[in-house]
Amino acid sequence: MSPRPGFVLDVDRSSPPTLFWHGEGYRLEKLPPGRSRVVYGPEPLRSLDDPVTAIRDALCNPLGESEPLPALLRPGMRLTIAFDDVSLPLPPMRSPDVRQLVIEQVLDMAAAAGVDDVVLVAALALHRRMTDAELRHALGNRIFDAFAPHGLLTQHDAEDPSNLVYLGRTDQGEDVELNRRAATSDLLVYVNINLVAMDGGHKSVATGLASYRSIRHHHNARTMQQSRSFMDQHHSELHSSNWRMGRLIASNGVKVFQVETTLNTDTFPEQFRFLQRREWEWTIRDRAAFLASSTALGRTPDKLRRSIFQSIKSPHAMTSVQAGEVEAVHARTTQSVYAQQLVSVSGQTDILTMGLPYISPYNVDSIMNPILVACLGLGYFFNLYRGKPLVREGGVVIMSHPTPWAFHPGHHPSYIDFFENVLAETTDPLQIGKFEEAYATDPWYVHLYRTGHAYHGVHPFYMWYWCAHALEHLGGVIVVGGDRAAVRRLGFKPASTLDDALEMAEDVVGRSPSITHVHNPPLLMADVT
Amino acid sequence: MKGLLFERNLPRFAAARVVSAIAGSGRGSAVGPLRLVDMPSPELPGPGWYHVRPILAGICGSDLATLDGRASRYFEDFVSFPFVPGHEVVGLVEGGDAALPSGTRVVLEPVLGCIARDIHPPCNACAEGHTGNCERVAFGHLAPGLQIGYCADTGGGWSKGGLVAHASQLHRVPDSLDDDSAVMVEPTACAVHAALRALEPWESTGASQNSGEASPPMVAVVGSGTLGLTTIAALRHFGGQVVVLAGAKYSHQKEMAIALGADVAVSPGELAREVRRRSRSLVASGHSTSGADVVVDCVGTGESISESLAMVRPRGRVVLVGMPSKVDIDLASLWHREVGLVGAYAYGTEQLSGRTRSTFDLAIELAGAAGIGRLVSAHYPLERFEEAVAHAGAAGRRGAAKIVFDLRAPIVKGPTNEP
Ligand SMILES: [Zn+2]
Repeated sequence: MSPRPGFVLDVDRSSPPTLFWHGEGYRLEKLPPGRSRVVYGPEPLRSLDDPVTAIRDALCNPLGESEPLPALLRPGMRLTIAFDDVSLPLPPMRSPDVRQLVIEQVLDMAAAAGVDDVVLVAALALHRRMTDAELRHALGNRIFDAFAPHGLLTQHDAEDPSNLVYLGRTDQGEDVELNRRAATSDLLVYVNINLVAMDGGHKSVATGLASYRSIRHHHNARTMQQSRSFMDQHHSELHSSNWRMGRLIASNGVKVFQVETTLNTDTFPEQFRFLQRREWEWTIRDRAAFLASSTALGRTPDKLRRSIFQSIKSPHAMTSVQAGEVEAVHARTTQSVYAQQLVSVSGQTDILTMGLPYISPYNVDSIMNPILVACLGLGYFFNLYRGKPLVREGGVVIMSHPTPWAFHPGHHPSYIDFFENVLAETTDPLQIGKFEEAYATDPWYVHLYRTGHAYHGVHPFYMWYWCAHALEHLGGVIVVGGDRAAVRRLGFKPASTLDDALEMAEDVVGRSPSITHVHNPPLLMADVT
Repeated sequence: MKGLLFERNLPRFAAARVVSAIAGSGRGSAVGPLRLVDMPSPELPGPGWYHVRPILAGICGSDLATLDGRASRYFEDFVSFPFVPGHEVVGLVEGGDAALPSGTRVVLEPVLGCIARDIHPPCNACAEGHTGNCERVAFGHLAPGLQIGYCADTGGGWSKGGLVAHASQLHRVPDSLDDDSAVMVEPTACAVHAALRALEPWESTGASQNSGEASPPMVAVVGSGTLGLTTIAALRHFGGQVVVLAGAKYSHQKEMAIALGADVAVSPGELAREVRRRSRSLVASGHSTSGADVVVDCVGTGESISESLAMVRPRGRVVLVGMPSKVDIDLASLWHREVGLVGAYAYGTEQLSGRTRSTFDLAIELAGAAGIGRLVSAHYPLERFEEAVAHAGAAGRRGAAKIVFDLRAPIVKGPTNEP
C-alpha cells in the first residue's frame, strides 16, 4: 500500500481526542467540535531500496555544472569533507547514519584516486562541539578510528582566527569569512541531511563553516522578520543572504561538491509508533502502548524520563540523495522534502495549537530550556508553512510543553544569562540586539564554545530572532502546562489546561474561534491557500 | 514602667537556640530570655547624661541573633546582664537643660565609647573619632556594653521607662525628618559606614566621583534586607558613578533595591553570573577570574562570605556588614588573589571628599534624601513583643523590611502595613 498524503481532519463529536506532545510525555486533548481541524502530515515515504548504490549513482552522475566526483579527485590534492552536525537529524537516526554511508563512499573514491590529504570537518557554525560518541555515531567506527587519532577529524571553530579566511563582501555588504581548510582545499565535499526545507543549499557552507562576523549578517531580527517563511526559499531573506554568500564563495574559486540527502518521516521506533498514527486508526496495541507509556512516564523522575527520550534512535530512512553543483542539487532536494512534508490547507485559523516534543535541533542529549521551547514552537513549527501562516495575523498560538526553568550549564551557559538578564528586560527581538555584541564576544562563552561543548554566546539571540516573524504576526502566545514563571519570563501566558488556554485566547481573537492543530509526528509543512 | 528585659539564664538561652534552629529566626523569643517586666527608669550615671523616652525603637538583625542565641560567644565580654535591648531609637529628651531642652527629638548613637565612659585620655580609636572601634567598651565606670541596648546600666530602646545617654550620643532630628525615617538613622549610619568602607580605595583618588576614562567601580551587594537596602542607598548617594548590583531574594526587595539606586537587582543565585558577565571574566575553580571591585556582604554567613570571595576581583575587597559568627570557609582564594576581607561595624567619623564628617550627620542627610522611612514595614506595641520579634525574623518572607516598637503611651494599636 502506498503511503497516504497529508490530511486535514474536521473535528466533530465522534472524533477521538487528539494527541499532543508535551515534552517528555503527551496529552490527549478534546478539541471543540465543529470549529477545529487537525492537520496530519503525509505518511512516511518509501525509502530507497539500496541506499549505497543510490549514493554511488549520485556521486557519479552529478546535477548541474559539475563533473562526477571521481573525475574531481587526483593525487596530491587537498580534499576536505564537511558534514552536518549533531543538530540533524531529529531524533538521531539508527546506525548507520547517512553521513557515514555517504562519506565512506567519498573516501573510497578518494583512495582509489590516490588522494592522501583528506580532512573531515563537522560544520558546527556556532553550535556546540560534538562529543566523540556523537562523532562516532554519525561517521561510524571505521571513519572515526581512521581520522580522529591523527587529528584529521576536526570540528569547525568559528572563533579561531588562524583557521578562518576572509573572502570578501557581497554586493549587499555582507562579510564572508570561512573555515580556512575548507576554503583553501582543492575540493570541498559537503555532506548534508535535509530534514526541513531551510536546511542545505548554500546555507550548508555559508553558515555551517562561517564565523560570527559572517553569520551575523543573516542571523538577526530584521532578516527573520523578512523571511516569510524561512522555510520557503522563495520568500526567505535568510535564504537570499546565504545564496549571495554562496555565490561569492564560488566566485572566490572555492570548489564545492554538494551531497544532499533527504529522510522519510518514519520518526519513532515501534514502542512509540502510536505517536505518528492518526488517532481514529489506533489499534488495540497502539492504545495499550500509549497507556503503558503514559503510566510509566508518570512515575518516572524528570531526569530519567529525559534520558529515556534522549536515547531514542529514529528508524528514519533515506528517500533521496543528490550530488553536484549546489543550486541544482538543492532544487532537487527541496522537491523531495516537499513530497514528504507538504499538506494543502485552505484558509488560516484564529488559533493554532501545537504539542512540542522533548527535542529540538539544539538540545540533543541535553535539556530543552525555555528559550528552545519558544524557538521550536515559534521559530520552527510556526514557520513550517508556504504561502501564508496557518494562523491569521493577530491570532494566537497555544503550545503544550512543561517548559521547565532548567538549563544544561555545559551546553547552554549563555542561555542562562540571556534568560535572566536580557529577557527580564525585553522580549522584543528588535530590542535585544543591543545586548548581542557583549554576549557574542564574552571571553568566557568563547572559551566554553571552543574548548567545551557549549553553544556560542550569541546563540540564544538567534533562537529569539527565529521567533521574530511569529512574535510580530501573532496577537498572543499561551503555553499549556508550563512552569508559570518561566513562561512569563518568555513574555507568554501560562495556562493549566487546553480549555483554559482556549478561553484565554478568546480574549484576543473573539468568541467561537476557529482552531487548527498541527499534529506531529510526522513533521509537516502546511501549504496554505 | 514596662520594658523588655534580657536576662542571663543559660537554660532558657539554650532553649532559644534550639527553637530558633527549628522554627526559624525570631521564634526563639517565645521561650527565650526576654520578659516584659516593670522596671524603674535608669539612673543618670553622671554629668552630661540625659534621660530619653523612646518614640520608636527598631528590631535589628543583631538583636535577633542575640535573642536566638546565635550571636558569637566573642560578644560575651562586651555585654552586661540583665539589659534592655534596643539601640535603634528615636525619642524625646526628658528633663534636659539649656543645651538639650526637654522635649528635644533626638536619635541615639548608641556606641558606649571612651567619652560616654568618662575615660581620659580616650583610647586611640576614640581619639581619631572612630568610636565604633573603641578599645574600652568593656571598661570604665559603666558596666560593659558595646552599645546602649547591651549594657545593664543604661536601659535600652525597648522600654517605656526609657534609657540614659551621654550628650555625645544624642543627635537632634531635623523637623523635616519623620519618626519612621528617624528610627532608621542608626541602621542607616551603619550602612553609610559600610558603603564608605567599600569605597575607601577610591576615596583617596576620587575615582568614584568622576566619570572620566576609568570605568566606575562595580560593587555587588549580597542580601537585600534592611542592611542591604540602606547600604545600596548609601552607595548610590555617596558613591558617584559607582555601579551597584544587588542580590535580592524577594520581589519587594528587588523593587526597593532599584528604588534606592541599585543599577540592577537579581536573585541571589544570579548575582555571581551577573558579576561575571559584566566583568567579562572567565571562570576557574568556581571563581570569576576578574569580578566586582567590591562585594558588600550584608548576610554574614559562611555561604555568603564564600560567594562574595568567588565574585570579587583579585586585589578587590569584601566588606562584611552582616554580623558573622563562627563560619567554615576556604580562604585559599583570598590568599591567592590577595583579596581584602574587612569588617564594617557601626560608625564614628568618615572621610568623604577629603572632609571629616560624623557618620550620623551623613546618615541623617541620607535618611531624608532617600526616604529611608519607607523601609519601616510595621509598628508593634511592646506588649506584643513576641509577634513583633517573629515578624522581624521572617521580615523578608513576609514582604517586610524593618519592624519597630511604637512606645508612645498609652496608645496600643496593631501593626501597620501588615501584608
Ligand atoms: Zn575608646
